[in-house]
Amino acid sequence: MRPVNAVITKIVDETPTIRTFFFDTSFELIPGQFVMVWIRGVDEIPMALSYENAITVQKVGPASSALFQLNECDSVGIRGPYGKGFDIMKGRILLVSGGVGAAPLAPLAEKAGAAGAKITTLLGAKTKEELLFRNRFEVIGEVRVATDDGSEGKHGYVTQLLEDEKNYDQIYCCGPEIMMKKVLDKVMPKKAQFSLHRYIKCGIGICGACCVDGLRVCKDGPVFSGHVLKKTEFGVYRRNECGERVKI
Amino acid sequence: MLSITLTGLDIRNPLMLAAGIMGTTGGSLKRAAEGGAGAVVTKSVGMEPKSGHSNPSMVEVDCGYLNAMGLPNPSYKNFQGEIDTAKEDGVPVIASIFGGSADEFSEIAGSLRPDAFELNVSCPHACGYGAQVGSDPAIVEDITRAVKNVTSAPIWVKLTPNVTDIKIIGLAAQRGGADAVVAINTVRAMAIDIESGYPILGNKFGGLSGRAIKPIAIKCVYDLYEALQIPVIGVGGISDWKDAVEFMMAGAKAVQIGSAVGDNLNIFNDISSCMRSFMQEKEWTLDDLYGMAHKK
Repeated sequence: MRPVNAVITKIVDETPTIRTFFFDTSFELIPGQFVMVWIRGVDEIPMALSYENAITVQKVGPASSALFQLNECDSVGIRGPYGKGFDIMKGRILLVSGGVGAAPLAPLAEKAGAAGAKITTLLGAKTKEELLFRNRFEVIGEVRVATDDGSEGKHGYVTQLLEDEKNYDQIYCCGPEIMMKKVLDKVMPKKAQFSLHRYIKCGIGICGACCVDGLRVCKDGPVFSGHVLKKTEFGVYRRNECGERVKI
Repeated sequence: MLSITLTGLDIRNPLMLAAGIMGTTGGSLKRAAEGGAGAVVTKSVGMEPKSGHSNPSMVEVDCGYLNAMGLPNPSYKNFQGEIDTAKEDGVPVIASIFGGSADEFSEIAGSLRPDAFELNVSCPHACGYGAQVGSDPAIVEDITRAVKNVTSAPIWVKLTPNVTDIKIIGLAAQRGGADAVVAINTVRAMAIDIESGYPILGNKFGGLSGRAIKPIAIKCVYDLYEALQIPVIGVGGISDWKDAVEFMMAGAKAVQIGSAVGDNLNIFNDISSCMRSFMQEKEWTLDDLYGMAHKK
């Protein structure tokens, strides 16, 4: 598909560094799927859908900074949704979220909750102000919080809240790769799903720029079962935009 | 039934992964081999690490795909490891390489150890590289000869269709000592977003691949088959077994598949099995197919 024109209808400041951009266009979304967001004249970047008509973005580089300069009534081009989202299970589920990783997990929580799953969320961030979508998770189930600086909840990393993981039927995880690797190393790989972030170019499974070994993050993922990731370079290396290996 | 010998390489079937597709990591090349590819061609590698053009770098249009990746690559200095990983599955691994001069091409070719080289003198949107050197027959001949002097591996030269007469470039490659030519690279093309007037690709223009370019590629292969003594490898818009057969009838000794891999990584196995049934039914061999259209 060519990019669809999407007009920004509302911008919400979620945290000091994270904003949600709502569009006039809705997408049929499986939580975990992403869209390619084209900030015309600047760049096109992959973003998880955080609502069926919104993306939630952290200001990290030139493209996201350009996005932060847009106002309501401005527009972007959108391709997608692309990729394979979360496989939503019933029963007791645990969400492990780090920073802006809450963006795809919040719609997952809402969908799984509506289907009757019992949900617990481990929500981590650098500091209290950076906790994302806490309210959305609290409406659905129990939330346990960790912050790097101890300003709220447990003082430390969200992975330190993992203790009764064996009691859950499925674990869903999104956040910095180093944190996801810690989760993968601790849980039964078959019972966990991870949403990966990689440098994506084509978004449609052709160019191979986003490959984790033989896995295409844009097409086979971005959500992968832990047992698929176990034997790969996930958590060890990523590739930069040139395709060079970079240690995680 | 489908195995061939091409430029000295034994290949289990004439269906290969094209350059620039799933070709950056050894693991992704292996995955194409597991999907049934007879050989795999890597992403083009050059002298220095290169991040390529800004996104959007690929977009689907009505009749195919438009791309301007901009030759992103980790440089040949960081690439032998990926080639070695790709070789683990036992299919020939062809290194696609690009440079701005004969010296650069030979430095790269002298340093890598693939089963064959494919010289990219045909990328349509890289300033100073690709088609900018590949449109001049004298330069193509020089580059081919320079690479021939530094390696004993077979050399394939990938040609651009964005010239008045592709045969002239093909003949230049042959004079330079090429073992085969590969035709075609993408066709220069562009798309514009009518909501804003912006060209969609970050590079503004790029190259078209996919279904739309197949008839263009068939004609190029047909012409090259008549003009050259060396084998022609066909590529451009193949998405099923009928396309592969058509290329062979035009004169392709083997074919490469690119864009269609996005939707089906198992496409090589699928095409192989359909081709076998078709050939059995017709009682034709691969030798019967090659250049059949030229005898009619």
